[in-house]
Amino acid sequence: MTSSPPAAARGRARRSRSDSRLGDSIFFNLSRGSGILLLVIMAAIAGFLAYRSGIALSKDEGNFLTTFEWNPDAPKPVFGIAVLAFGTIVSALIAMVIAVPVAVGIALFISHYAPRRIAQPFAYLVDLLAAVPSIVYGLWGVLFLVPHMDGLTAWMDQYLGWTYVFDQTQAGVTPRNLFTVGILLAIMVLPIITAVSREVFRQVPRMHEEAALALGATRWEMIRTAVLPFGRPGIISASMLGLGRALGETIAVAIVLSANSVLSLHVLDPGGGTFAQNIALKFNEAQPFGRDALMASGLVLFVITLLVNGAARLIIARRKEYSGANA
Amino acid sequence: MKLQRNGSKALAIGAMALVGSLSLAACGTDDNSTSSSGTSAAASGAAPAAQIACGKGGQLLGAGSTAQTNAVDVWKAAFGSACSGSTITYGGGGSGAGVQQFNQGKVAFAGSDSALKPAEVDASKQVCAGGQGINLPMVGGLISVVFNIDKVDKLVLDGPTIAKIFDSQITKWNDPAIAALNPGVALPDAPIQAIHRSDDSGTTANLTGYLAKASGGAWTYPASKTWAGKGGQSANGSAGVSAQVKQVKNSISYVELSYAQTNSLKSAAINTGASKPVDATAANAATTFSKAKIAGTGSDLALSLDYATKDEGAYPIVLVTYEIVCDKGNKADSLDTLKSFLTYTISDAGQQAIGAKGYVPLPKELASKVQAVIPTLA
Amino acid sequence: MSTATTIADSTPQLRRNLTTARLPKWAPAGVALLSIGLGCAVGAGAGLASHLQWGIIAAALFVVLSYALSARVEGRRQAKDRLATAVVWVAFILAVVPLVALTFYTVQQGLEVLDGNFLTHSMKNVISSGPGGGIYHALIGTLEQVLLATLIAAPIGLLTAVYLVEYGRGRLAKWVTFFVDVMTGVPSIVAGLFILSLWNIMLGFDYSGFSGSLALAILMMPVVVRSTEEMLKLVPNELREASYALGVPKWKTILRIVLPTAIGGITTGVMLAVARITGETAPVMMLVFGADAINGDPFNGPQQSLPLYIWQQYSMVNNDFGYARAWGAALVLIFFVMGLNLVARGIARWRSPKGGR
Repeated sequence: MTSSPPAAARGRARRSRSDSRLGDSIFFNLSRGSGILLLVIMAAIAGFLAYRSGIALSKDEGNFLTTFEWNPDAPKPVFGIAVLAFGTIVSALIAMVIAVPVAVGIALFISHYAPRRIAQPFAYLVDLLAAVPSIVYGLWGVLFLVPHMDGLTAWMDQYLGWTYVFDQTQAGVTPRNLFTVGILLAIMVLPIITAVSREVFRQVPRMHEEAALALGATRWEMIRTAVLPFGRPGIISASMLGLGRALGETIAVAIVLSANSVLSLHVLDPGGGTFAQNIALKFNEAQPFGRDALMASGLVLFVITLLVNGAARLIIARRKEYSGANA
Repeated sequence: MKLQRNGSKALAIGAMALVGSLSLAACGTDDNSTSSSGTSAAASGAAPAAQIACGKGGQLLGAGSTAQTNAVDVWKAAFGSACSGSTITYGGGGSGAGVQQFNQGKVAFAGSDSALKPAEVDASKQVCAGGQGINLPMVGGLISVVFNIDKVDKLVLDGPTIAKIFDSQITKWNDPAIAALNPGVALPDAPIQAIHRSDDSGTTANLTGYLAKASGGAWTYPASKTWAGKGGQSANGSAGVSAQVKQVKNSISYVELSYAQTNSLKSAAINTGASKPVDATAANAATTFSKAKIAGTGSDLALSLDYATKDEGAYPIVLVTYEIVCDKGNKADSLDTLKSFLTYTISDAGQQAIGAKGYVPLPKELASKVQAVIPTLA
Repeated sequence: MSTATTIADSTPQLRRNLTTARLPKWAPAGVALLSIGLGCAVGAGAGLASHLQWGIIAAALFVVLSYALSARVEGRRQAKDRLATAVVWVAFILAVVPLVALTFYTVQQGLEVLDGNFLTHSMKNVISSGPGGGIYHALIGTLEQVLLATLIAAPIGLLTAVYLVEYGRGRLAKWVTFFVDVMTGVPSIVAGLFILSLWNIMLGFDYSGFSGSLALAILMMPVVVRSTEEMLKLVPNELREASYALGVPKWKTILRIVLPTAIGGITTGVMLAVARITGETAPVMMLVFGADAINGDPFNGPQQSLPLYIWQQYSMVNNDFGYARAWGAALVLIFFVMGLNLVARGIARWRSPKGGR
């Protein structure tokens, strides 16, 4: 870790091959070692989860996949993930549908639209949103966002109620529902997706952009033909990071959502639940067996994340050659 | 070596941060007794230092029930002010978590709102060399049924009505069953927003325990930490529930008395079958505690509470939190502090100190039984 | 960026003389004002209670009007461009609204208690349902825990990303990628529980700030790997090839060419990860235990952390004093991460190759 003056470094670059071989092998092994270490940690966690889940599943009296209620510490342990899986996926879906376009828009705004003087501080401000702890999001959500969602919810019920999904069946209840949770999660993942997309857009080869403009493209056409295709894998990766947070968010959801064990497609009705929220709510009072059951639900969340990520990897893999810039 | 220089820069910054935090350590202080806005326990007179017999000092770890967190908070402030050598840390992670931590030998005592189950007692024998875990009742509390209805300040309910409200069988405030209990009160023609705990909790267990005994069969579910009733909305923790009752008109829920007090929520009186409805006050709950029987054997003082009580002025929905310790085989290095801390908490001064915070001081007779056990801990 | 924008800006100038009519420069602003006015009018007229709806109406009007107006005057292609610009601006506004609301709310609530006493005192011997006390112990705890977690996770994450992008071709790389993906979805409480079972129960260590750091490091790693990986992939191969052609060994190419080129993005990624773990409550709750007194030693004895402190003050104390302390701590936490972010950005800009963007 000694800093050497550039001249010396230049001199060293011309040194014998064996020297660089040694450096190469040290560096290679170091980075591979990190990869292996990471792998071991992750595998250990997965193994740990699988082990605990196995204990739980062997004693479940209900069907783990289709049961609605969560009552593993009852004399007859009955627990299932139907409601949790549904709630997790729906709320994360709502969050992504809102957050990804908006985040890409903001990232474009910062990288291509805003005057530099606005762009820099604004980029910084968006990053700041990532720094807000989830408990603050939760408190803000229940004290500020939920009351403000009242009108919007009633409105959606009135004009979009025919879609069934946006039909509100209970009158006069506070909108502590999956839809509000989705919006809150969207706000929470926005900075993550924005930050990564923004960095990706900044790396777009200038040549591509200028070539497009030189051909008479409008700014939008330039973005559509040069920026977005280049940034697509990055956007997907960023979205996956955001999705990871949306799926695993605990405290904010636990504070905002009026959880119950009813599976309802009416996303404006209070109710439902998510994996992480359920773990947080049930963990404190859980008996050892109850904890195992919660681990099993954590494992399912693992699998869901994996499937989504796998799909994303497939999309990205189509343009595997990352030689970003054949400029 | 650009990056390596980066690396060393980062290291330097890390080092600076460390040094910074250490120098920060110099400017921060644990001493809250002299701060202008701070009210230290000793200054507020919660407990004169003379009444507290300090132990050898050191670190004492406890964990568990969140229902007693605020009581322990008061105690450790008073104890810490008197005994500067001792640091008591109570991690309120919930009763279930507390008991598990105790049985893993990670904490010296656990707070729990239910007595140890036989399996847990067996497990505790691993940690308590030559002994086992025992329950010492320490914090009395009551659960008030809180409501938020405009222009209604007094509300009387009974077991069956509460059960039906929380099970969505009674859905309007002007339902004949409620009106019959509240003659002369103008109840609104509005849907009832029943709010229950979304997390598992001892509070729910005690309420449903009451409903199972005193609702005349209207509550068809067993007593459980997990909410089983139909319909209604839910919120996380007593704090979340209180916030919802405050926010939502025509709502009803159940929280510990301290939460009802700090959030200025209106509590319903309970018609137990006594000559007049019983208000949710600490004094009325103390009456119930004085009738409680001890279910434990030996030094184990687990209580059995009579939810179906019909005594005059006895509030039926009460809860007690135990401190769970080893009768023999406590950790040697913290045993002394543990004993002196528990001696203080069950003393008159200790019990009175939490009485002002929405808890129920245990009746003298019961307290003296606990006081007799503490010196025998080893 | 600046060049690209100037070109974009100057293109219309060129066209104005050659081709069809253009909207005047003030047109977008005018449309915006008009739609805000209309939005408010419709909102007030229809008696919509929620201002959210007013805003949504105004935003929709803005997008539609911009497009319609431009389509009439300038033609379809320009109209599409206007549409995109309008949508991007709306996205910007959409982000600003919650940002401002949240920041304003936190600052408003938090400033009540924020003073020197609050910053330099712990909660030892303070009855939390009363006034007084501070966050000093929590601040120290968070600082040390996050620092330790970053020291563990950032190098491992960086090196792993380097491995995946620069070396990884084989089965090992596939497995690492696979598990990193899985890890992004680990609920924080599971990470905490894993460390609890392994470190505290199996290996028998006591609760400490460090065991909290371990759990936080687990949460941090996948974010670092994933974002760094993405940034490294964007470094043009030509740079690498040019370096190899000059006879520079691979490791030195990575250290001196690839990483510095991507340093801005990497820093952003690491800071995102730091920001995420700094606000974590669940794993910290079961591992660092939440002490009231100052404990400067992260390896021994219970510590406190800011998010946990906020949680305790909100859910346990649950009165005005508790709320005030919770919001005060939240404000400090945000400032803390903000400052960290600023420092990291400064380093990144200072260190990144000049002459780029």
